[in-house]
Amino acid sequence: MSMLGIPSHWRRRKERYRLIGSKCEACGKVFFPRREICPNCRRRGRVIDVELPGRGKVYSYTVIRVPSEGFEYYAPYIIAIVELENGVRVMSQIVDCNPEDVYIGMPVEVCFRRIFSQGDKGIISYGFKFKPLDDSWIRCYEEEAKISVSEMKV
Amino acid sequence: MEFPLYKKRDVAIVGVGTSKFGERWDKSLRELAWEAAVPAVEDAGIQGRDIQLVIFGNMSGGLFAGQEHVGALIADFLGLNPTPAIRVEAACASGGVALFQGYLAVASGLYDIVAVGGIEKMTDAPPDRATLALAGAMDSEWEAYFGATFPGLYALIAQRYMHEYKLSRETLAEVAVKNHYHGSMNPLAHFQFKTTVERVISSPLVADPLRRDDCCPISDGAACMILVPAEKARRYTDTPIYIKACTVASDKLALFEREDITTLRATIEASREAYRIAKLSPADIDVIEVHDCFTIAEIIALEDLGFVRKGDAGRLYEEGETYVGGRLPVNTDGGLKAGGHAVGATGVKQVIELVKQLRGEAEKGRQVSNAEYGLAQNVGGSGATVVVTIVGR
Ligand SMILES: [Zn+2]
Repeated sequence: MSMLGIPSHWRRRKERYRLIGSKCEACGKVFFPRREICPNCRRRGRVIDVELPGRGKVYSYTVIRVPSEGFEYYAPYIIAIVELENGVRVMSQIVDCNPEDVYIGMPVEVCFRRIFSQGDKGIISYGFKFKPLDDSWIRCYEEEAKISVSEMKV
Repeated sequence: MEFPLYKKRDVAIVGVGTSKFGERWDKSLRELAWEAAVPAVEDAGIQGRDIQLVIFGNMSGGLFAGQEHVGALIADFLGLNPTPAIRVEAACASGGVALFQGYLAVASGLYDIVAVGGIEKMTDAPPDRATLALAGAMDSEWEAYFGATFPGLYALIAQRYMHEYKLSRETLAEVAVKNHYHGSMNPLAHFQFKTTVERVISSPLVADPLRRDDCCPISDGAACMILVPAEKARRYTDTPIYIKACTVASDKLALFEREDITTLRATIEASREAYRIAKLSPADIDVIEVHDCFTIAEIIALEDLGFVRKGDAGRLYEEGETYVGGRLPVNTDGGLKAGGHAVGATGVKQVIELVKQLRGEAEKGRQVSNAEYGLAQNVGGSGATVVVTIVGR
């Protein structure tokens, strides 16, 4: 949450920058977020870090119209539960996508973005978001607007 | 999950009191506690000094009203010092877990007269602070961090449920329409006006597909009840209501980690255990209070509690069966939607409504005839804590 201090962001940088979860060496189950213990095997299983696949599908989504504190700038924005290729689910925002275009089952891929910034002088926190895997929207946009997205200053 | 409690004594409710719910700008936290506790004590025919233990549910006195240490404050303001007084917290299920704690205290034989309550003073906080406090009920590192809001989590549930079970937007709105109808007859309800499907589905979007009128309000309110051992209940009242079961179950805090988000596993677990302890089945229940913080929550609650098959709850609303007079009266006080949601108070307020129904004391038009058993379901966050209470005459 935006009001928390620097250590709360710093200690989560690995998971949020590289989508790191946990894997139980005993039963093979993968978890996100990271856990210290596998709920299935308990202390019989050793839990190790594992990087999760960066692609998946939208399991459910919503468009946040009334944002929480610190997210006013982004509203309306899409929040989704994404089911990754290995079946593990994560929650994040879907970006580069119009609110009316998202759907359950939409293929998405992970990207690295700013999550929020604490005003002019505070922390800027970065982490993963997801964007549509299909890039046909870019082609449609370019044809309609007669410009190249890659040349646009975003 | 096997309930390990060796139940030493049965427990009865002998006095109840609820404050008016709403935007209570004239009352502070301590005065709301007074407003609920005094009628509860008078209803039980006891004196304040008879109370041996005070347990109040309160989600976030600190963020909502700038006040922690709520247990001692309530005992102090009610003039009960040095009686032990404890505040318990489980987000929106704080009231339910307070009741659970009071139930344990009496059932175990440790205490004979326990005041159980719930309280929340929400409207002193600016709206964004209140939103922040409510966001504390979810996983702050992996849900709130990415900009999820509390309505947003239930919107994810609704979106998936509507996708899997083809529930229509209009049927979902019927939940709010029914609860407003019941609330219109409850003088303590936050909203006492009726509404229509058209009005609900044209209110502004908050988090698709949920609109403003799918969401319960932010309320101030308090509720209080007096618990005693069942064998002594007749000393206090001619109409004791017995706690047949009170159970709590937990689940993963983050919604996205749960296998199926169209169901609250903690509701299934807690209710299964409650039916077993009470030796009752869903068919025995005459009146139901469920945690309708959002319209979709009432739909899935009725399925998880075993009143209707998974995916079929919508039909109950299409056929009007959840109104007073219907086959399955739900949220006869207006629920959270119209009755109001003072988060820490809700779990206690729900059971007090069941007590009124079983005593035959509900207002005309919303009294279920001859109700013998009632069930309440109180949810914390997006379902990580669920309290189920069954009461009977
Ligand atoms: Zn394991």
